Amino acid sequence: MRDSFAREMTALAAQRSDVTLLSGDIGNRMFDRFKEVAPARFFNCGIAEANMMSLAAGMALSGLRPVIYTITPFTTTRCLEQIRVGVAYHQAPVVIVGTGSGLSYAELGPTHHSLEDMAILRTLPGLNVVAPADSAELVAQLREALNAPNPTYMRIGKKGEPALHGQDARLGIGKANLLREGSDLLVVGVGPILGEALQAAEALAPTGISVAVASLGGVKPLDGPFLAAMAERFPHWLSLEEHGITGGLGSALLEWLADRDGPAIRLRRLGVPDAFLHELGNQAYTRRQLGLDAEGLAQTIRRAIEERPQ
Amino acid sequence: MIATAPTQRSPAQLAATALTLRQRLVSTSAAAKIPHLGSCLSCVELLVQLYWQELHLDPANPEDPERDRFLLSKGHGAPILFQVLAERGFFPLERLEDFGKAGSVFHEHPPKPGYIPGIEAATGSLGHGLPMALGMALAARIQQRPSRCYALLSDGECNEGSIWEAALLAASQKVHTLTAIIDFNKWQATGRSQEVMALDPLAAKWEAFGWHAQEIDGHDFAAIGQALAAARAENERPSVIVAHTVKGKGVSFMEDDNNWHYRTPNPQELAAALAELETV
Ligand SMILES: Cc1ncc(C[n+]2csc(CCOP(=O)(O)OP(=O)(O)O)c2C)c(N)n1
Ligand SMILES: [Mg+2]
Repeated sequence: MRDSFAREMTALAAQRSDVTLLSGDIGNRMFDRFKEVAPARFFNCGIAEANMMSLAAGMALSGLRPVIYTITPFTTTRCLEQIRVGVAYHQAPVVIVGTGSGLSYAELGPTHHSLEDMAILRTLPGLNVVAPADSAELVAQLREALNAPNPTYMRIGKKGEPALHGQDARLGIGKANLLREGSDLLVVGVGPILGEALQAAEALAPTGISVAVASLGGVKPLDGPFLAAMAERFPHWLSLEEHGITGGLGSALLEWLADRDGPAIRLRRLGVPDAFLHELGNQAYTRRQLGLDAEGLAQTIRRAIEERPQ
Repeated sequence: MIATAPTQRSPAQLAATALTLRQRLVSTSAAAKIPHLGSCLSCVELLVQLYWQELHLDPANPEDPERDRFLLSKGHGAPILFQVLAERGFFPLERLEDFGKAGSVFHEHPPKPGYIPGIEAATGSLGHGLPMALGMALAARIQQRPSRCYALLSDGECNEGSIWEAALLAASQKVHTLTAIIDFNKWQATGRSQEVMALDPLAAKWEAFGWHAQEIDGHDFAAIGQALAAARAENERPSVIVAHTVKGKGVSFMEDDNNWHYRTPNPQELAAALAELETV
């Protein structure tokens, strides 16, 4: 996803003169092409994220379209006040990109985990909070964010995430897609971890369990019409996010469900428990430990279906 | 009462310890594929001088409230700190066999206290260690403990506003028991530290912020020892030691090559590095 981001940024910088790219001493060599195309519009702002965020707000208030890139905790919680005041309150159309989000950098420890970012940032008025599941969705959302009147926060993975969306997907901000049809239960998620859900659904199919998988693209705004249609079809949902269980996608869906009139939905939230992780391993190991890999998800789905009242 | 006094080693013994640590570091990082080798190699002498000649610590009683506090503010140097703590006796060297393994607490950054003896704070997000050390120094003053507090910073880390916020407060509070040591290896993650931000003149900046500043060769044990002694003698201002270092120091093909911020050695490179480290 990182490479798609860099490639798309280079293409956008070539097309328009208002796009700037700000990095917090991160992405070694990644932006070499961007620097060739728009040398005056790339800034290594150093390891000084708070300053970077406020100066991006200043650029945006002067008519530019700055995109900020660094490791997720450093572009979110490290400079939350700068996001809240400079970016969100001013509605300065900055695009804030957090790389290596969720557990992408699991082995780097809690300082590098980002399991609160969506929860915290979706409380800020006027800030889109998106979490593309693959590179195609990232590119579509980035283009849209750079044309939107308001700011956007985008959490992305690192590299090697598989493509999950088909050719005909409607990709963008607040646009959901059904990645896989099914009839027994709906997994509704965001981000590359949806790949695990698709594998779980595939593994369960021969056992007669039919799981649908939806990709929401982000937590704010939610795709209301899509969710309403899903609520008509599926009485049983599992939300899935590589994020803490508190305040993220699962919570956003519970809020949406609570505030609407319609058929009752049983929603169970899957994510990272409310705890810092110390015994570390890589992303695959950590997903497995937390039951968020394909196998763990398949077990959870099977249990959810077995235990549900008929 | 002063917590356990540091050991007293000859310069030759210190050099031998530094060499052993470099060998173990390079081997462990190659096996575990943990990056930041260059970052670790640049601060070996600084850590050896601190842990063997300066800090009042008792490895058998790592939570002695009277101990000095050392914070690795540049937390990505954890691989070398783990080697130092093991060699100094905080835990058996065998524990580092788990370094980088799934389920281990020994990974790229130090975890919060309680998981690894001798670790005072979780660092890894740059810009936290110095302000935390300042808090510990103020606590020692209030609690009337003899503890001195030390933070090892990187030059790139001096980009962070929080470092300069701590610098301002430490000076106004006259926290002379606080010593910051800057591993000035001239590189940060994506460029020369003097180019990314206008760091120069670094020592003069600290001095202008009200600190007692010294500039030394960060690979020279005698110079490090003298600077730490001068910091100890200062009884008004906090002290900073701007230590000129070489990123990747000790392995010729890693020296001043910032690719070793990211890379880990392949088997040939490991063999070549160890051969150099054996013939010093
Ligand atoms: C707040 C924060 N921003 C970014 C990073 C990512 N990062 C890790 S090391 C590093 C820079 C390394 O250069 P320097 O600080 O000079 O340390 P050295 O490795 O040279 O000792 C960066 C940007 C981080 N760890 N923390
Ligand atoms: Mg450096």
